[in-house]
Amino acid sequence: MKRSGRASEAWRWLREHAVNIVAGLVVLYLLIPIAVIFFFSFNDPAGRYNFTWVSFTFEHWGNAFGLPDLNSAMVTSLKLAALATLISTAIGTLMALGLVRYAFFGRRAANFLIVVPMATPEVVMGAALLSFFLIVNAFELGFQTLLIAHVMFCISFVVVVVRSRLIGFDRNLEEAAQDLGATPLQTFRLVTLPLIMPGIVGGALLAFALSIDDFVISNFNSGTTVTFPLYIFGAAQRGIPVEVNVIAMMLFAATVAAMGFATWQQRRAERLASMRPEQESAPVPMPGSAAAT
Amino acid sequence: MTTVRRRLLPYLLLGSGTLWLVLFFVVPLAYMARLSLETGVVGSLEFNWHWANYSDALSLYDTQFVRSFIYAGTATLIALVIAYPLAYTIAFRAGRWRNVLLFAVVAPFFTTYLIRTIAWETILSDESPVVSVLQFLGLAPQGHVLATGGAVIAGLTYNFLPFMILPIYASLERIDERLIEAAKDLYASAGQAFWRVTLPLSAPGVVAGTLLTFIPASGDYINAQFLGSAGNQMIGNVIQSLYLKQSDYPAAAALSFVLMALIMAAVFIYIRFAGSEALMGEEAR
Repeated sequence: MKRSGRASEAWRWLREHAVNIVAGLVVLYLLIPIAVIFFFSFNDPAGRYNFTWVSFTFEHWGNAFGLPDLNSAMVTSLKLAALATLISTAIGTLMALGLVRYAFFGRRAANFLIVVPMATPEVVMGAALLSFFLIVNAFELGFQTLLIAHVMFCISFVVVVVRSRLIGFDRNLEEAAQDLGATPLQTFRLVTLPLIMPGIVGGALLAFALSIDDFVISNFNSGTTVTFPLYIFGAAQRGIPVEVNVIAMMLFAATVAAMGFATWQQRRAERLASMRPEQESAPVPMPGSAAAT
Repeated sequence: MTTVRRRLLPYLLLGSGTLWLVLFFVVPLAYMARLSLETGVVGSLEFNWHWANYSDALSLYDTQFVRSFIYAGTATLIALVIAYPLAYTIAFRAGRWRNVLLFAVVAPFFTTYLIRTIAWETILSDESPVVSVLQFLGLAPQGHVLATGGAVIAGLTYNFLPFMILPIYASLERIDERLIEAAKDLYASAGQAFWRVTLPLSAPGVVAGTLLTFIPASGDYINAQFLGSAGNQMIGNVIQSLYLKQSDYPAAAALSFVLMALIMAAVFIYIRFAGSEALMGEEAR
């Protein structure tokens, strides 16, 4: 059974490219819902439900901030995400430094404590926190409990991201700085911090994304406070306004810009780290001056 | 003096985070453990080692438990099968398209979880062209896709797919390509080289990816809520509704612990088979 030349050639091409074709289809699968959200932000739905395409309109982009409830939910979410990011990034970076740089009693336990929250289903975490808040009675459900919860689930992710950056860190650079008379604090500020900055920025971005996107844990601990995902959930029953799609696309664009910034940061840090005597014609580079460029 | 400071420094660095995690993760779990052995409603809860909460929870909601693990397991398997070719392409064949493709993988994360699930509601609704095609192909036996188990699994697969792709990509990217070339020099066919060299070397990524997909998927309730019907409820839906609608806290607390224990058991068995060094690779080195 011999195939004709053409058919066998086509078969060979298909076999060689099958993996790429599947990959292309998977990318399509990943992007289709985003395209749907985008196109339906221009829809002019007939009733309350924005599920079927009716006609094209810019109305909802013009009216993006015209729904007071949606606006206040968005403001709450942004405030919450900003605060949760700030706190969890600070705490998480310190933890990562401690875990990577020092051998101490209890290190394994600390590592375990950081991994377990990431392996716990969100429902369980949300339910546990609500039990705690209800029984302890010292906290009023609302922004405060949301912030506590968000910081809690963001810490682990910040630690993991910053730690991966610290593991590949060249300690010689710090020693060089100290040899050149920098105090430990100066060394940290001028050498360590700029070099691990991509990890910190990456961790912070991840924390921000996790916080602004969180529904499950927030749903348990929000009381009457409404965040962006909680607003969407509430609106889902009576029909989600098209403006939600518009805001979602704005958020998408903002995140893409932030990603671009983080990539730029990383390239910059890699440039800094690669300044070595053997590569640079200049005499021994001062870590301080390198950080300043 | 300085040695004392050096000894104390790690504890100072870790202190705030450890305190936060203990106070708002470990202690709440302990409170929930206590709650799961109580009877009554909030305000008049009584602690009386009421283990029946657990047996009741299991006998009342065993179908939802089984369903959760079947849905999550199926979604994890589908995700693995479709994630691997994409991760492979990004790692070995993408060239200058690599960053664009990586961006496409994380792009779904930049739209809110709820909104992308609701987007699937649009895509799978009865009027959508996708469903017409599926009907034409005979892949929608009940005539519709939305509000079926298939839709829930599709949603779970979609929402957790990046968690599968990224670790596999990371482990493939670390492979020394000379090893694959060596296999081919030693007369391995492309297929043999893949099955005997590439795939085993990417095992840590596969293990990490399956865990990162399976764990959140088995506790999820958003997909079942928006894409399923009353007959597709997962255990997350039950816990959520017992807690937030029916205020039956002891039963919900018991269910949460059973869920956690089952997931831990599944993870433990899986790691036993897959090898723990694959999971803890970072730590072991």
